[in-house]
Formats: sequence, C-alpha cells, structure tokens
Amino acid sequence: MVDREAVAELVRNIKKQALEERDMLINALHQIQNHFGNYIPVEAAKVVAEELEVPESKVYEVLTFYTMFSTKPRGKYIIRVCVNLPCHVTGGRQIVETLKKTLGIDFDQTTKDGLFTLERTSCLGLCGVAPVIMVNDEYYGDLTPKKVKEIIENLRARGDAR
Amino acid sequence: MKPILVLVSVDSNSVLLGAKQFVNYLREALEKYNLKDSVDVLETGSMGVYTQGVVMAVFPDDVYYSVRSVADVEKIVSEHLLKGRPVLSLEIPRERLKLVVEKEKVTEEVRIVLRNIGVIDPRSIDQYIARDGYFALHKALFEMKPEQVIETIKESGLRGRGGAGFPTGLKWQFTAKAQADQKYVVCNADEGEPGTFKDRLIMEGDPHSVIEAMIICGYAVGATKGYIYIRGEYYGSVENIQKAIKDAYDYGFLGENILGSGFSFDLTVRLGAGAYVCGEETALLESIEGKSGRPRLKPPYPPTNGLFGKPTVINNVETFANVPQIILNGANWFKQFGTQGSPGTKVFSLVGNVVRRGIVEVPMGVTVRELIYKFGGGLVGGKQLYMVQTGGTAGTFIGVDKLDVPLHYESFRDHGVSIGSGVILAMDEDVCPVDVALNTMEFFEHESCGKCTPCREGTRLAVEILRRMSRGQGKREDLDTLRQIAITTQEASLCGLGQSINVPLLSILDNFREEFLAHIGATACPRGVCRFEKPVTKVKTRV
Repeated sequence: MVDREAVAELVRNIKKQALEERDMLINALHQIQNHFGNYIPVEAAKVVAEELEVPESKVYEVLTFYTMFSTKPRGKYIIRVCVNLPCHVTGGRQIVETLKKTLGIDFDQTTKDGLFTLERTSCLGLCGVAPVIMVNDEYYGDLTPKKVKEIIENLRARGDAR
Repeated sequence: MKPILVLVSVDSNSVLLGAKQFVNYLREALEKYNLKDSVDVLETGSMGVYTQGVVMAVFPDDVYYSVRSVADVEKIVSEHLLKGRPVLSLEIPRERLKLVVEKEKVTEEVRIVLRNIGVIDPRSIDQYIARDGYFALHKALFEMKPEQVIETIKESGLRGRGGAGFPTGLKWQFTAKAQADQKYVVCNADEGEPGTFKDRLIMEGDPHSVIEAMIICGYAVGATKGYIYIRGEYYGSVENIQKAIKDAYDYGFLGENILGSGFSFDLTVRLGAGAYVCGEETALLESIEGKSGRPRLKPPYPPTNGLFGKPTVINNVETFANVPQIILNGANWFKQFGTQGSPGTKVFSLVGNVVRRGIVEVPMGVTVRELIYKFGGGLVGGKQLYMVQTGGTAGTFIGVDKLDVPLHYESFRDHGVSIGSGVILAMDEDVCPVDVALNTMEFFEHESCGKCTPCREGTRLAVEILRRMSRGQGKREDLDTLRQIAITTQEASLCGLGQSINVPLLSILDNFREEFLAHIGATACPRGVCRFEKPVTKVKTRV
C-alpha cells in the first residue's frame, strides 16, 4: 500500500521551492520516484495530481513521456548503457552485447532475481572516458567487456534482490 | 596561505578515473609526512585532459602530473612535496598542456568561458569573486543602463553556443522590448547532443559564471525570475549549481534589492527527466511548465511568448558563461578573438578515437585538423583518420578532404561542415559509414517525440532501410529513398529535431556514397563491421 500522507508531504515540500504555481510537476515526480526507489506507483501519481490540482491523465502522460520515470518497479540496479556514436565507435557495441549476454536480458527487461534492469540511454556527457554506463547514480567509464563482467559480479555479490 | 598548492581535477570524468580516491589518499599522505601545514589541496574542475589519468598540478613549481593509482600519489608526496624532486616519470610533457608555437598562424588556446575551470574550487564563491567574479554584475547594475548592456552584447557579436548561432544581443532586445507584467530568463542546461559535455564541465567547474550572467540578463531585459533547466542525469552539475545559487543568495547577488541597486532577481533549478527533445527551447519551456516535452509551433518565439506565455530569454550554458567577461572587458575586447562573423571562442569536445579526449577552448575559425592533431594528439594507436562527425549528431559527417575548413557559424553554409555544439568525433578506419548512419538514425528515431508525422515516420523509415542495408539486403534505390526521407523530414517537421536530420543523413550519403554502394549486392560488409545475414528464402509449406 502506498502511504498517501507521505507522498502528499513530499509534494507539499516541493511546492515550497516553486517560483510559479505550475513549475513543480517534474521535480515532484523525481522526488517521489526516489522515495519509492526507482518507480512511481499509480496510486502515488494520483496523490500528486490531487495535491497539484492537475488531472490524473496529465500526470500519467508526463510520467510515461520521460524515460527516467517508470510506473513499474525496476531492478535493484538500473544499468543504463550509452548507445550513441561517441561510445559506439570506442567499443560501445561490445559493451552492449556483453551486458545483454551476461545479464541474459534485453533492453527494458529485468533479471528474474530482481537485481538488474537494463536500459539504453542517450549520451551521458562523459565522452572523455567512453564507453560508459551508469548503475543507479554511479558512473563507470573506459569500459571493456572484462570490466563490465567484473562490475556485474561485484554488484551481484553486493546485493540480494528485494 | 600555505606555500605549496596542489590542484586536483575532480570533475565527473576524472572521478571515474579515481580522482576522489586519490584526493583522499593525498590528504592522508600529507598527514603521514607531516606536510599538512605547508600544502593546500584544492579540488577543482576539469583541466581538459583525460586519457592520461587524473590531472594533479603542483604550484608554485607549475608541474602537472598524470595520476593513475594511489602509488603514484604516494610517489608525488614522498618525492616532490617532501624532498622537492619532481617525479619525471609521471609528469605530463609541457607541450601537451601549454601548446608550443610551431609555425606562424597557429591557433592557441584562449580561455574566456573556461578561464576559472581547473583553477578555482567551484564550490567556493569567494574564489570566484577573487577572480573578478560578480564584478560584471556590479558594473552592469551601477554603471550601465539596461539598454547599454544589451548594446554591448549586440556589439560583441556573441552568438548562441547551443548550436543554432542566433545573435544573443538580438534575442535579449526582443525580450526587453516586449511589454509584460512578468518576464523570465532561462538557461538551457539540458545538454544532450551526443559527444557534447562542455556545459556539464562549465556547471561543475565554474557555476557562478552562469548565475552571474543570468542576473545581468535579467537586469537588461527586465526579468525578475530565472530557471536553470539541467539534465536529470547530471548529478554533479545540479549539486554545484544549487550550492552556488545558495551562496549567491547569502551574499546578496540574488534575491531582493541586489547589492542595494533596487533590482531583484530569483533563480532556481529544474531537472530534466530523460528526453533529448527538451534541448529544443520550446520543448524545454513546456517541461518547466510540468508538461511532456513536446515542441511548440513557432512563431511566436520565446523572446515574446515563452515560459507561461511570457517574454523569455533562453540561452545555452556556454553562451551565458561568455557574458560576464564581455560586460567587464567590452565588446571590442571580445571581437579580437575569432572571425568577423563569429567573434569569440568556442569550447570543443574532442571525442572518439583521438588520443587526448577532452575539452578545449579556442578562437572561432580553428580547423578540424588542428583540433584533432594539435589538441587531440592524433588517433589512438597511430591509426588513419577516416571520418569525422562535427557539431554533434545533428551535425555533419566529413571525410579527410575537409579537415582544413575553418569552423564558425558560416562553415556549414559555405563548406558543408557544421560547428553545431562543438563536437569533434574522430573515427578511425575501423568504422563503417552504413553502421554509423544506422546508429545516428536510431538515435533520432528513439528521441523523436512523436508529435509530428514527418519526424516520427521519417526517422523510423530511415532506420528500417539502413538496418536492412547493414544486413546485406540493401537495394540501389534505397539511397534515393533515404535522400527523399531526409529532405521531406527537414521541410515538413515541426521543430529543430526533425528539421536537422537531413544534415547528418545527406552529408554521410554524399561524402561516403561509394561505401553505401559497396554494401549493395555484396556478400560481406566491405569494412568488416556490419553483420550480413543470408537473404530469407521463402520455403513453400505443404498444407
């Protein structure tokens, strides 16, 4: 069950940072997603709609437009891999293949143990150390297939799934 | 002040190379050797070089080190700092940092936008002020009328550094002239053009320069509120900008009655959430308004009808970062750099297969060759340069025949080489143009917001055709179809995203036509990159 009061409290706090009445929705969604780990339950989105006095449909539209938001729970570790040209030509293609093979999943899928979700991302602005991936809010650069396997092994050892 | 100062780059790229760990070790080692009272450690922004490890500089000796492990740090402390003997094996050769004049008319690095980066602690407002920070704001508020500020920016010839190159002063003037009860200043920090990371490094390394510029802009155009819209994934930038805004409020540079001038300005940060199209200015405004980032129909343009329908100046991070120096030193000072039509400098991101990846700020008019060979150090492994993407994903693909074209805002019109957001992506002989074109179009297909049909369907069709071609199933007429798609999408799309896909697509088709033809009817990718599949033969099934 979603704690409606906790969500409402978050939104009210965010409102305090507003310069204008209608400039808060996306920042509020970021906060709520952080609160729930890495997704926004539909129930919580409804509370946002009530608190900000916007239609639920609008919140849902925004929620599904931006790739950083998700309405479904994702893995404990969200691995975002850059697929753009600066990474692609410096070995990024092999990185994508290694990730898919090692995890046994495709883009936008989650491993059965609930540990990993693999997502493609556009340029992360770390092309000085391409190819790069992001795991939750941590970055890893100058990658090789070997390094990628090590990173995944370390994460597996570090964390049990929820 | 302690007699010795050690600077360490801890920008986001360097952190990935272990910068934080090295700084911690450095502090421990100083303690261990009892050097704490004679050595200051300063965590600063990017010094512009990455592939050599984390850059550590020792002053007043002026020695730059490339550090790859804690053992290297140990060596620097125990040898250089303790005994005064520079560690030659770790030193970065001089010519790689301060570039040596080799012949006449050689482009040198000029730092206007990056002047403080890698020099000051970005989290210290005092250090920014010590480098003439907020002097321009003071000058604007007390010595200049708003019209004079705008006139100075117009006179300087500063043009938008986000890629489109629109004259900044003109933009400001439109907003200044518009009548409204509320106006806004917005900083486009939704850096997303693949290969570009200059805005990130500016915000991480010198956040106050952007904030100061926005306040000056607000004063010039009569706006009292500002937003910095930063990419959701740019954690380091968000952190430093937020800290800087807080300090600016504490010092009275933001808020009510700034420095007693009677002018008030509020500034806050809004985050993106993963949508390239939000770099388009009207999509960005929609996003601040709490909507999906879908571009608006233009005209009207933001200077008269922007955020919440009010007059709004929206400029890129790098554009703003130029402003304080122009106000302080005057338009003529700025015009001494660069070319007549494109004064000033440009921050380029050198990426791909170059030896020294990183950012460099040089006067407009620099050539691609200079950027790749002089500043980038040539190609990794001594390989041959085969193709360069200039200006970003919406920029141009060129071959080695165009390396000597000077880069400025007219170089696309005159020579078919785009400057865009300043990306120089060098590719060696191991790439295949078909594969590169496919990757580029996949990007646009993925980032198309879907609002208008030409962009949504055009990018999808282009991907389909290129994917087929990369599997060895291309047809001759595909090349013409791709051209058609490029032209139609450019002419009929709603915003800059769709309107610009013709630039990469046509440039790669034109400049590498032979390679595309060589994929048709072949049995394998001539460059050994694409994976050909056997054509699917229809098998008759018996009922």
